[in-house]
Amino acid sequence: MAVVSIKNKLRRGNLLVGNDAYDPAGFESIATATGSGATSITFSSIPQTYTHLQLRMLLRSTGTGDGRDLNLTVNGAASTGDYKSHYLIGNGTTVSSGADANGSTANVWIANPPASATASGIFSVSIVDILDYANTNKNKTFRALAGVDLNTGVYQNVMLLSGVRLSTAAISSITLTLSNGNFATGCSVALYGIKSA
Amino acid sequence: MPKTYEPISTQTLSSAVTGVTFTSIPQTYTDLVLVINASASTAANAWLSTNLTDVSSLSGTRLYADGTGAGTARTSSGNDFVVFTAYDQVTTTAGNFNAVLNFMSYANTTTNKTIITRSNNASAGVCAAVCMERKTGAITSITIDMVGTGTYSIGSTFTLYGIKAA
Repeated sequence: MAVVSIKNKLRRGNLLVGNDAYDPAGFESIATATGSGATSITFSSIPQTYTHLQLRMLLRSTGTGDGRDLNLTVNGAASTGDYKSHYLIGNGTTVSSGADANGSTANVWIANPPASATASGIFSVSIVDILDYANTNKNKTFRALAGVDLNTGVYQNVMLLSGVRLSTAAISSITLTLSNGNFATGCSVALYGIKSA
Repeated sequence: MPKTYEPISTQTLSSAVTGVTFTSIPQTYTDLVLVINASASTAANAWLSTNLTDVSSLSGTRLYADGTGAGTARTSSGNDFVVFTAYDQVTTTAGNFNAVLNFMSYANTTTNKTIITRSNNASAGVCAAVCMERKTGAITSITIDMVGTGTYSIGSTFTLYGIKAA
Protein backbone atom coordinates (compact mmCIF):
# COMPACT_ATOMS: atom_id res chain seq x y z
CA MET A 1 0.00 0.00 0.00
CA ALA A 2 1.41 3.36 -0.97
CA VAL A 3 1.52 5.93 1.80
CA VAL A 4 2.03 9.68 1.59
CA SER A 5 4.06 11.19 4.37
CA ILE A 6 2.23 13.92 6.25
CA LYS A 7 5.61 15.27 7.28
CA ASN A 8 7.31 15.77 3.91
CA LYS A 9 4.63 14.81 1.34
CA LEU A 10 6.75 11.97 -0.06
CA ARG A 11 4.89 8.98 -1.48
CA ARG A 12 6.36 5.66 -0.39
CA GLY A 13 5.40 2.00 -0.46
CA ASN A 14 6.21 1.55 3.21
CA LEU A 15 4.07 2.92 6.00
CA LEU A 16 7.08 3.93 8.05
CA VAL A 17 9.09 5.71 5.36
CA GLY A 18 8.97 9.45 5.86
CA ASN A 19 6.70 9.19 8.86
CA ASP A 20 7.44 8.60 12.51
CA ALA A 21 7.00 5.00 13.55
CA TYR A 22 3.58 4.10 14.93
CA ASP A 23 3.68 4.64 18.67
CA PRO A 24 1.12 2.99 20.97
CA ALA A 25 1.18 6.15 23.08
CA GLY A 26 -1.68 5.06 25.29
CA PHE A 27 0.50 2.56 27.18
CA GLU A 28 2.33 4.23 30.06
CA SER A 29 4.52 3.07 32.89
CA ILE A 30 3.06 3.91 36.32
CA ALA A 31 5.46 2.30 38.79
CA THR A 32 7.89 -0.58 39.24
CA ALA A 33 8.74 -2.51 42.41
CA THR A 34 11.25 -5.25 43.21
CA GLY A 35 9.83 -6.35 46.53
CA SER A 36 13.20 -7.61 47.70
CA GLY A 37 12.97 -8.90 51.25
CA ALA A 38 9.20 -8.42 51.53
CA THR A 39 6.36 -10.90 51.37
CA SER A 40 4.05 -8.47 49.57
CA ILE A 41 4.09 -5.54 47.16
CA THR A 42 1.44 -2.82 47.18
CA PHE A 43 0.80 -0.22 44.52
CA SER A 44 -1.28 2.51 46.14
CA SER A 45 -2.79 5.80 44.96
CA ILE A 46 -3.14 4.39 41.45
CA PRO A 47 -4.10 7.18 39.03
CA GLN A 48 -7.69 6.91 37.83
CA THR A 49 -6.86 8.30 34.40
CA TYR A 50 -6.44 5.06 32.46
CA THR A 51 -8.91 2.57 31.05
CA HIS A 52 -7.07 -0.64 31.92
CA LEU A 53 -4.04 -1.67 33.94
CA GLN A 54 -1.41 -4.28 33.18
CA LEU A 55 1.09 -5.94 35.51
CA ARG A 56 4.20 -7.49 33.96
CA MET A 57 6.20 -9.57 36.42
CA LEU A 58 9.40 -11.56 36.85
CA LEU A 59 9.01 -13.60 40.02
CA ARG A 60 10.79 -15.87 42.49
CA SER A 61 10.17 -16.62 46.16
CA THR A 62 12.72 -17.22 48.91
CA GLY A 63 10.26 -19.65 50.46
CA THR A 64 10.68 -23.37 50.90
CA GLY A 65 9.85 -26.01 48.32
CA ASP A 66 9.69 -25.93 44.55
CA GLY A 67 7.29 -23.10 44.16
CA ARG A 68 4.81 -20.80 45.79
CA ASP A 69 1.65 -18.94 44.88
CA LEU A 70 1.34 -15.23 44.24
CA ASN A 71 -2.10 -13.83 44.99
CA LEU A 72 -3.71 -10.52 44.15
CA THR A 73 -6.10 -8.38 46.15
CA VAL A 74 -7.31 -4.85 45.52
CA ASN A 75 -8.35 -1.98 47.75
CA GLY A 76 -7.09 -3.49 50.98
CA ALA A 77 -8.41 -6.25 53.16
CA ALA A 78 -10.88 -8.75 51.72
CA SER A 79 -13.33 -11.21 53.14
CA THR A 80 -14.53 -14.63 52.05
CA GLY A 81 -16.76 -14.25 49.02
CA ASP A 82 -15.21 -11.02 47.76
CA TYR A 83 -13.40 -12.80 44.94
CA LYS A 84 -14.01 -15.71 42.61
CA SER A 85 -11.52 -17.29 40.25
CA HIS A 86 -10.75 -20.06 37.76
CA TYR A 87 -7.61 -21.55 36.27
CA LEU A 88 -6.46 -23.79 33.41
CA ILE A 89 -2.98 -25.30 33.59
CA GLY A 90 -0.80 -27.48 31.40
CA ASN A 91 2.43 -29.00 32.70
CA GLY A 92 3.45 -30.93 29.62
CA THR A 93 1.79 -34.12 30.82
CA THR A 94 -1.58 -33.22 32.31
CA VAL A 95 -4.15 -30.51 31.73
CA SER A 96 -5.89 -29.42 34.92
CA SER A 97 -8.47 -26.85 35.79
CA GLY A 98 -10.13 -25.61 38.91
CA ALA A 99 -12.04 -22.85 40.55
CA ASP A 100 -12.56 -20.97 43.74
CA ALA A 101 -16.21 -20.48 42.97
CA ASN A 102 -17.08 -19.63 46.57
CA GLY A 103 -14.38 -17.06 46.99
CA SER A 104 -12.98 -18.85 50.02
CA THR A 105 -9.44 -17.62 49.44
CA ALA A 106 -10.42 -13.94 49.34
CA ASN A 107 -7.89 -13.28 46.57
CA VAL A 108 -7.02 -14.19 42.98
CA TRP A 109 -4.14 -16.53 42.14
CA ILE A 110 -2.05 -14.88 39.42
CA ALA A 111 1.36 -16.58 39.31
CA ASN A 112 3.49 -19.50 40.43
CA PRO A 113 6.93 -18.22 41.42
CA PRO A 114 9.62 -20.87 41.84
CA ALA A 115 11.16 -21.07 45.31
CA SER A 116 14.34 -22.12 47.04
CA ALA A 117 14.32 -25.74 45.86
CA THR A 118 14.40 -24.57 42.26
CA ALA A 119 17.74 -23.91 40.58
CA SER A 120 19.00 -20.39 41.03
CA GLY A 121 18.37 -17.91 38.25
CA ILE A 122 14.99 -19.47 37.39
CA PHE A 123 12.10 -16.98 37.55
CA SER A 124 8.48 -17.35 36.52
CA VAL A 125 6.59 -14.68 34.62
CA SER A 126 3.06 -13.39 34.72
CA ILE A 127 1.18 -10.78 32.73
CA VAL A 128 -2.04 -9.63 34.38
CA ASP A 129 -4.69 -7.44 32.78
CA ILE A 130 -7.05 -5.52 35.08
CA LEU A 131 -9.98 -4.31 33.04
CA ASP A 132 -12.00 -1.12 33.51
CA TYR A 133 -10.42 -0.67 36.93
CA ALA A 134 -11.67 2.91 37.38
CA ASN A 135 -15.25 2.22 36.34
CA THR A 136 -17.67 2.42 39.26
CA ASN A 137 -20.58 0.63 37.57
CA LYS A 138 -19.21 -2.88 37.23
CA ASN A 139 -17.34 -5.57 39.12
CA LYS A 140 -13.62 -5.79 38.41
CA THR A 141 -12.18 -8.63 36.36
CA PHE A 142 -8.62 -9.90 36.08
CA ARG A 143 -6.93 -12.28 33.69
CA ALA A 144 -3.41 -13.62 33.78
CA LEU A 145 -1.06 -15.52 31.49
CA ALA A 146 1.69 -17.03 33.61
CA GLY A 147 4.25 -19.78 33.61
CA VAL A 148 7.67 -21.20 34.19
CA ASP A 149 9.61 -23.95 32.47
CA LEU A 150 12.47 -25.78 34.18
CA ASN A 151 13.00 -28.57 31.65
CA THR A 152 13.04 -30.96 34.57
CA GLY A 153 11.16 -31.72 37.75
CA VAL A 154 7.53 -31.20 38.53
CA TYR A 155 7.35 -27.45 38.84
CA GLN A 156 6.79 -26.32 35.28
CA ASN A 157 3.58 -25.15 33.71
CA VAL A 158 1.78 -22.59 31.63
CA MET A 159 -1.35 -21.13 33.19
CA LEU A 160 -4.43 -19.19 32.18
CA LEU A 161 -6.08 -17.59 35.22
CA SER A 162 -9.05 -15.35 35.70
CA GLY A 163 -10.77 -13.71 38.62
CA VAL A 164 -13.32 -11.18 39.67
CA ARG A 165 -13.61 -8.77 42.60
CA LEU A 166 -17.29 -8.56 43.41
CA SER A 167 -17.30 -4.84 43.97
CA THR A 168 -18.01 -1.87 41.73
CA ALA A 169 -15.57 0.39 43.57
CA ALA A 170 -12.71 1.81 41.52
CA ILE A 171 -9.39 0.11 42.15
CA SER A 172 -7.00 2.51 43.84
CA SER A 173 -4.55 -0.03 45.26
CA ILE A 174 -3.23 -3.47 44.30
CA THR A 175 -1.48 -5.85 46.68
CA LEU A 176 0.49 -8.91 45.58
CA THR A 177 1.23 -11.42 48.34
CA LEU A 178 3.36 -14.56 48.31
CA SER A 179 1.97 -17.64 50.01
CA ASN A 180 5.39 -18.35 51.52
CA GLY A 181 8.73 -16.54 51.62
CA ASN A 182 9.73 -13.14 50.31
CA PHE A 183 10.31 -11.72 46.87
CA ALA A 184 13.80 -12.82 45.87
CA THR A 185 16.50 -10.55 44.54
CA GLY A 186 15.94 -10.03 40.85
CA CYS A 187 12.15 -9.86 40.99
CA SER A 188 10.47 -7.12 39.01
CA VAL A 189 6.82 -6.07 39.09
CA ALA A 190 5.89 -3.28 36.69
CA LEU A 191 2.48 -1.58 36.61
CA TYR A 192 1.30 0.03 33.39
CA GLY A 193 -1.75 2.07 32.47
CA ILE A 194 -3.54 1.70 29.14
CA LYS A 195 -5.61 4.58 27.77
CA SER A 196 -8.42 4.34 25.29
CA ALA A 197 -9.03 6.95 22.64
CA MET B 1 5.35 11.31 29.82
CA PRO B 2 8.25 9.27 28.35
CA LYS B 3 7.44 6.73 25.68
CA THR B 4 6.73 3.33 27.21
CA TYR B 5 5.61 1.04 24.39
CA GLU B 6 7.63 1.60 21.23
CA PRO B 7 7.90 -0.16 17.90
CA ILE B 8 11.44 -1.37 17.24
CA SER B 9 11.15 -3.04 13.85
CA THR B 10 8.59 -4.45 11.45
CA GLN B 11 9.24 -7.06 8.80
CA THR B 12 6.56 -7.44 6.14
CA LEU B 13 7.53 -10.24 3.84
CA SER B 14 7.89 -9.35 0.18
CA SER B 15 9.03 -12.87 -0.65
CA ALA B 16 8.50 -16.26 0.93
CA VAL B 17 11.11 -17.13 3.57
CA THR B 18 11.74 -20.02 5.92
CA GLY B 19 12.34 -17.74 8.86
CA VAL B 20 12.61 -14.19 10.13
CA THR B 21 15.35 -12.81 12.35
CA PHE B 22 15.56 -9.59 14.34
CA THR B 23 19.15 -8.65 15.09
CA SER B 24 20.90 -5.93 17.07
CA ILE B 25 17.90 -5.54 19.36
CA PRO B 26 18.31 -2.43 21.54
CA GLN B 27 19.03 -3.24 25.18
CA THR B 28 17.13 -0.23 26.49
CA TYR B 29 13.74 -1.78 27.23
CA THR B 30 12.38 -3.96 30.03
CA ASP B 31 10.40 -6.44 27.94
CA LEU B 32 9.98 -7.20 24.25
CA VAL B 33 6.69 -8.02 22.53
CA LEU B 34 6.71 -9.71 19.13
CA VAL B 35 3.41 -9.65 17.24
CA ILE B 36 3.02 -12.06 14.33
CA ASN B 37 0.31 -12.27 11.70
CA ALA B 38 1.37 -14.88 9.19
CA SER B 39 0.54 -17.64 6.78
CA ALA B 40 2.66 -20.37 5.26
CA SER B 41 3.12 -22.48 2.16
CA THR B 42 2.16 -25.55 4.19
CA ALA B 43 0.40 -25.64 7.55
CA ALA B 44 3.01 -26.03 10.25
CA ASN B 45 3.94 -25.09 13.79
CA ALA B 46 6.21 -22.15 14.50
CA TRP B 47 9.34 -22.20 16.62
CA LEU B 48 11.65 -19.62 18.09
CA SER B 49 15.28 -19.31 19.06
CA THR B 50 17.53 -16.51 20.28
CA ASN B 51 21.18 -15.62 20.20
CA LEU B 52 21.53 -17.54 23.48
CA THR B 53 20.12 -20.82 22.20
CA ASP B 54 22.09 -24.03 21.99
CA VAL B 55 20.96 -27.64 22.12
CA SER B 56 20.84 -27.72 25.90
CA SER B 57 19.51 -24.29 26.77
CA LEU B 58 15.95 -23.92 25.52
CA SER B 59 12.78 -25.77 26.52
CA GLY B 60 9.07 -25.11 26.67
CA THR B 61 5.64 -26.17 27.85
CA ARG B 62 2.45 -25.70 25.86
CA LEU B 63 -1.26 -25.75 26.68
CA TYR B 64 -3.71 -25.96 23.80
CA ALA B 65 -7.27 -26.69 22.74
CA ASP B 66 -9.08 -27.12 19.43
CA GLY B 67 -12.75 -27.37 20.35
CA THR B 68 -12.71 -31.11 20.80
CA GLY B 69 -10.30 -31.32 23.70
CA ALA B 70 -7.39 -29.75 25.51
CA GLY B 71 -3.81 -30.94 25.67
CA THR B 72 -0.37 -30.11 26.94
CA ALA B 73 3.08 -30.99 25.67
CA ARG B 74 6.71 -30.18 26.23
CA THR B 75 9.67 -29.43 24.04
CA SER B 76 12.68 -30.54 26.04
CA SER B 77 16.21 -29.44 25.54
CA GLY B 78 17.95 -31.29 22.76
CA ASN B 79 17.05 -29.00 19.94
CA ASP B 80 18.28 -25.53 19.14
CA PHE B 81 14.71 -24.21 19.02
CA VAL B 82 11.40 -24.47 20.87
CA VAL B 83 7.91 -24.83 19.37
CA PHE B 84 5.40 -22.29 20.69
CA THR B 85 2.27 -23.17 18.66
CA ALA B 86 0.03 -26.24 18.23
CA TYR B 87 -2.24 -27.87 15.65
CA ASP B 88 -0.03 -26.55 12.80
CA GLN B 89 -1.51 -23.13 13.51
CA VAL B 90 0.45 -21.33 10.80
CA THR B 91 -1.95 -22.24 8.03
CA THR B 92 -2.02 -21.29 4.38
CA THR B 93 -4.85 -18.76 4.66
CA ALA B 94 -3.61 -15.21 5.05
CA GLY B 95 -4.59 -13.56 8.30
CA ASN B 96 -5.77 -16.65 10.16
CA PHE B 97 -2.72 -17.06 12.39
CA ASN B 98 -1.63 -14.56 14.97
CA ALA B 99 0.69 -14.76 17.93
CA VAL B 100 2.00 -12.47 20.65
CA LEU B 101 5.32 -13.40 22.24
CA ASN B 102 6.53 -11.68 25.42
CA PHE B 103 10.28 -11.76 26.12
CA MET B 104 10.41 -10.80 29.79
CA SER B 105 13.42 -8.92 31.18
CA TYR B 106 15.29 -9.83 28.01
CA ALA B 107 18.26 -7.52 28.67
CA ASN B 108 18.78 -8.66 32.23
CA THR B 109 22.13 -10.47 32.63
CA THR B 110 21.48 -12.09 36.02
CA THR B 111 18.43 -14.27 35.39
CA ASN B 112 17.46 -16.94 32.90
CA LYS B 113 15.12 -15.74 30.18
CA THR B 114 11.43 -16.63 30.09
CA ILE B 115 9.26 -16.16 27.02
CA ILE B 116 5.50 -16.47 27.36
CA THR B 117 3.24 -16.60 24.33
CA ARG B 118 -0.32 -16.82 23.09
CA SER B 119 -1.13 -17.98 19.58
CA ASN B 120 -4.44 -18.31 17.80
CA ASN B 121 -5.94 -19.67 14.62
CA ALA B 122 -9.70 -20.00 14.67
CA SER B 123 -9.54 -22.70 12.01
CA ALA B 124 -7.01 -24.75 13.99
CA GLY B 125 -6.97 -24.01 17.71
CA VAL B 126 -5.54 -21.87 20.49
CA CYS B 127 -2.30 -22.26 22.37
CA ALA B 128 -0.37 -20.77 25.27
CA ALA B 129 3.29 -21.55 25.82
CA VAL B 130 6.06 -20.76 28.25
CA CYS B 131 9.64 -21.15 27.09
CA MET B 132 12.78 -20.98 29.20
CA GLU B 133 16.18 -19.99 27.89
CA ARG B 134 18.41 -21.22 30.69
CA LYS B 135 21.12 -18.68 30.13
CA THR B 136 21.66 -15.34 31.80
CA GLY B 137 22.98 -13.41 28.81
CA ALA B 138 20.96 -10.68 27.18
CA ILE B 139 18.80 -11.46 24.18
CA THR B 140 20.13 -9.52 21.22
CA SER B 141 18.53 -11.44 18.38
CA ILE B 142 15.34 -13.46 17.86
CA THR B 143 14.54 -15.93 15.08
CA ILE B 144 11.08 -17.21 14.18
CA ASP B 145 11.01 -20.24 11.90
CA MET B 146 8.70 -23.20 11.33
CA VAL B 147 8.75 -26.95 11.67
CA GLY B 148 9.34 -28.73 8.37
CA THR B 149 10.28 -27.34 5.01
CA GLY B 150 7.53 -24.78 4.50
CA THR B 151 7.95 -21.04 4.14
CA TYR B 152 6.22 -17.98 5.56
CA SER B 153 4.13 -16.38 2.83
CA ILE B 154 4.35 -12.96 1.24
CA GLY B 155 2.51 -10.38 3.31
CA SER B 156 3.20 -12.02 6.66
CA THR B 157 4.09 -9.42 9.28
CA PHE B 158 6.42 -9.62 12.27
CA THR B 159 6.51 -6.53 14.49
CA LEU B 160 8.84 -6.18 17.46
CA TYR B 161 7.98 -3.72 20.25
CA GLY B 162 9.87 -2.64 23.34
CA ILE B 163 8.22 -1.91 26.70
CA LYS B 164 10.01 0.29 29.17
CA ALA B 165 9.20 0.24 32.88
CA ALA B 166 9.50 3.29 35.09
